[in-house]
Amino acid sequence: MITAPPVVQTKRNYINAEAGLMSWLLTKDHKRIAILYLYAVTFFFIVGGMFAALIRIELATPAGDLMDSNTYNKVFTMHGVIMVFFFLIPSIPAILGNFLVPLMIGAKDLAFPRINLLSWYIYMLAGVFGVFVLVTGGVDTGWTFYTPFSTSYSNGYVVMTAMAAFIMGFSSILTGLNFIVTVHRMRAPGLTWFRLPLFIWAHYATAAVMILGTPVIAVTLFLLMLERGLHIGFFDPAYGGDPVLFQHLFWFYSHPAVYIMILPSMGVISEVVSTFCSKKPFGYTFIAFSSVAIAVFGFLVWGHHLFVSSQSAYAGMVFSILTFVVAIPSAIKVFNWTATMYKASVRLETPMLYAIGFIGLFTIGGLTGLFLASMGLDVHLTDTYFVIAHFHYVMVGGAIMGYMAGLHFWWPKITGRMYNQLWSKVAAVLVFIGFNLTFFPQFILGYMGMPRRYHAYPPEFQVLNVLSSAGASILGLGYLIPGIYFVWSLKYGKLAGPNPWGATGLEWQTSSPPPPENFEITPVVTTEAYEYGAQEVIHVG
Amino acid sequence: MDSPVAVVPEIENPAALQHHFETPEQQKDSATIGMWTFLLTEIMFFGGLFLAYFAYRQAYPLAFASASLKTNLLIGAFNTTVLICSSLTMALGVHFAALGKKNLLVVFLILTLILGGAFLGVKAYEYHDKWVHHEVPGPHFECEGCVDAQHTQLFFSLYFGMTGLHASHMIVGAGVLLVLIWQAHRGKFTADWYTPIENFGLYWHFVDIVWIFLFPLLYLIDRSGQGGIH
Amino acid sequence: MAAAAEHSEHHIVPKRVYFAVFFALIVLTWVTAFVSTIDLGRWNIFVALAIAIVKASLVILFFMHVKYSTRLTKFIVMCGFFWLMLLLFITMSDLWTRSWMGVPGR
Repeated sequence: MITAPPVVQTKRNYINAEAGLMSWLLTKDHKRIAILYLYAVTFFFIVGGMFAALIRIELATPAGDLMDSNTYNKVFTMHGVIMVFFFLIPSIPAILGNFLVPLMIGAKDLAFPRINLLSWYIYMLAGVFGVFVLVTGGVDTGWTFYTPFSTSYSNGYVVMTAMAAFIMGFSSILTGLNFIVTVHRMRAPGLTWFRLPLFIWAHYATAAVMILGTPVIAVTLFLLMLERGLHIGFFDPAYGGDPVLFQHLFWFYSHPAVYIMILPSMGVISEVVSTFCSKKPFGYTFIAFSSVAIAVFGFLVWGHHLFVSSQSAYAGMVFSILTFVVAIPSAIKVFNWTATMYKASVRLETPMLYAIGFIGLFTIGGLTGLFLASMGLDVHLTDTYFVIAHFHYVMVGGAIMGYMAGLHFWWPKITGRMYNQLWSKVAAVLVFIGFNLTFFPQFILGYMGMPRRYHAYPPEFQVLNVLSSAGASILGLGYLIPGIYFVWSLKYGKLAGPNPWGATGLEWQTSSPPPPENFEITPVVTTEAYEYGAQEVIHVG
Repeated sequence: MDSPVAVVPEIENPAALQHHFETPEQQKDSATIGMWTFLLTEIMFFGGLFLAYFAYRQAYPLAFASASLKTNLLIGAFNTTVLICSSLTMALGVHFAALGKKNLLVVFLILTLILGGAFLGVKAYEYHDKWVHHEVPGPHFECEGCVDAQHTQLFFSLYFGMTGLHASHMIVGAGVLLVLIWQAHRGKFTADWYTPIENFGLYWHFVDIVWIFLFPLLYLIDRSGQGGIH
Repeated sequence: MAAAAEHSEHHIVPKRVYFAVFFALIVLTWVTAFVSTIDLGRWNIFVALAIAIVKASLVILFFMHVKYSTRLTKFIVMCGFFWLMLLLFITMSDLWTRSWMGVPGR
C-alpha cells in the first residue's frame, strides 16, 4: 500500500476550517466533539489518578496514618466514581468512537450531530456535579452506593454524587443511540455488515449495552435519591424494603457496564493487531459475533456480584454458570488475535506494544474472573484484594491499554502529527511494568485475606503493599510521559500522511487531519475488510 | 438515486436534507429508528420500577392488596379512558399530517393536549386526596384500616414513584405538544415532511402504554371485596 | 443502505382501523376493571396482565404503526420487551427461590 506524501498542514481540515472558541463549543462536527471529549475525559482521568495515588500512598504503611477511615472511604469512593463513570465508560466510545465511526463507514457525520454535541454538554453538566462533590467533601459509600448505608447513614454528599452519575448516564445513552442509528443507516454504498471494521462491530455492541443497561442504573439512582432526599422508602428494611433489590438493580447495569468499557478496547485491538501484522484478523466473523455475544450474555450474569448478599443459592448457581459462559466469547477473541499474529510479520510499533500487553493482561484478568465466578471460591475472595486485582487487570491492563493503543494508533489521523516513537515505546514498557508491579501483588494479598476498602492492614501484608505502591508510581510515570510527547507533537511532531501505518480502512483513505466533511466524495466499497496485500480497489468517487 | 438534495438552506426549510444524509428517506428513517431506540431506553427506565413493584407485591401481597383499595377504581378507569382517547386523537393527528391537512392536524394536536391535561388534572386531584388522607410516604404516613399496615408504605412509594414518573413524562410531552401545535399552525409540516409529529406520536403512545400497565397493577390488585389475596 | 427500500412511511392507515382499535381499547379497559372485582384467586393478576398486554399490542401495532414498519423497527420493539423480561424474571428468580434451601434466614 503506497502512502501519500506528507500533507502540508495548510490544507483545509476540521481543525483549521473554523476558528474561535464558539466554533468549537457549538460545533456539530463529530471530530471536534471527539476532541472536546478528549479534554474533558483526560481531566477526569488525572483527577481519578490522583485519588489512586492517595490510596497507594496510604497503603504503603500498615497503619492508617495518612488519613482517617472516613477520609479514606471518600478517597476510594471518588476514585471509583470518577474512573468508572467519568473515564472508563466514555473514554473510547466518546473520543475514538465519535471521531472514527463516521470515517470508518464512509459517512459525513453521525446520524444526529446535535445530539452528539448535547451528549458532551450533558457530560460536562455531570462533571460540574462531580467537581462540586469533590470540593465540598465527597461521599463515602463506595462507588456502588449500597443501601441502607447510602440512604440512611452516610454523612457524605450521596444525592449529589448519584446525580452526577445519573446525568452522566444520559450522555452515555445519547452516544449509544447515535452509534446504533448511524451503523444501521449510514454505511457507504457497498459496505455490508461483514465488510465493517471490527472496531465498528465493537462499538455497535457497546452501543446496544449502553441503550439497554444505562436506563436501569438511572432509575436506580433516581430511587436512591428519592429515598435519601425525600425519605420515600424503596430499600429501607424498616418498611419491608430489600437492600438486595438495590444491588440487583445496580448490578443489572454495572456488570454490562464493564463490557461497555472493554468491548471498544477489543475493537481497537482488532484494528491494531491486523495493521501491524499486515493481515486480516483471523476469524473475522467469530470476532464480530463474539462482540455481540458478549453484549448479550453480559446482561445475564450480574448476580455474581451478589453471591454473598443473601441472594438465593439457586439463582447464584445459575449466575455462576452463565458467568463461565460469558468468558467464552472473550477467549475466542484472544485466540483469534493470537492466531492473527502467528507467522505474521509483526511490526512492534507503539500501538502494537500496547495491544500485545492488552492480550496478555486481559487474559490474566479474565482467567481470574473465573475464580471469582465460582461461588465457593468467591465466598473467600469477595471483598478482598483479589477482586481489586482482577478488575484492574481487565480495566487497566485491558481497557486502558486498549485506549492507549487506540490513541497512539489514530493520533496521526486525528492531529496530522506523529509523536516521538522512542519515548512512546519507553512509556508503553513503563506502563506494562508499572501496572504488573502494582496489581500482581494484589492477587496474592487477596488470597492471603487482605480486605478491600480498609485504610489499615496487618503488618504481614506490608511488603506486598509496598511493591504495589512502588509499581503505582512507575505506572503514573508511564501515563505522564504520553501527556508530554502528545502535546509536544502538536507543534513539533512530524507531519503524518493519510496512512502512516499502512492500514486498511476508510479512515486512512482521507487526509490527516480529515477535512470537515470527511471525504471529498462518498466512497464506494467494493472489497472485503482488511484486504492487505491487494491492490487499492476502493474507488473514491 | 431518489429525490435530489434540497437547495433551500436547512434553517429556513426544515424539510431540507441535512448535510450528512444522502436522501430524505435515509434522514426520516434514521429519525424514526432514533426515536424507537430512545423508547427502548424508556422501557428499561420504567422497567426498574416495575421490578421493584413485582418484588414487593410478591413479598407483601396482603399489604399491597389492601393499600390498593385506597385508590379509586372509577377515577382510575375514567383516567385510563381519557388517556386512550388522547392516543386516538394523536394517531388521527399523525394521519392528517400524512394527508397534508394542516387544520385537522392542529385540531387533533390541541385535542390531544386537552385530554392529556385532563388526565394530569385528575391525577393532581388523586394526589391531593392521598395527601389529605396521610397516604403519602413520610413521617406522617398512615394507611387507615389496612392489612399488614407496616408494609403498605412500599405500595405508596411505588404508587407515587411510578405515577409520578409517568406524569412527568406527560408534562414533558405536553410541553412538546405546545411547540408542535404552534409549528403546525405556522405551516411547518407538509405531507412530505411531518417527521416530528410522527415521532412525537410514538412517544405519546409509549406513555399511554406505560399507563395501560400501571392501571391494573396499582388500581386493580384485588377488588373482589374479600380484602385480601388467596 | 439496508432496508431503505421499505416504503413504510407512505402507508396511510385508514381512520376506521384507528377507531376499531380505540373501541377495543375502551372495551378492554372496562373489562379489566370489572374482572378485578371478581375473585379469581391467584389468577387475577394473570388475567389483568394478559388484558394489558393485548391493549399494549394494539397500541404498538396500529397506533404506533409497527405492523407497517421496517424489520429493524420490529426488532427494536422485540428487544425492548425481551430485555424487560430479562430484568424482571431473572431478578424474581432470586426472590422466588430464596426459601428453597430450607435454611433459616436463607
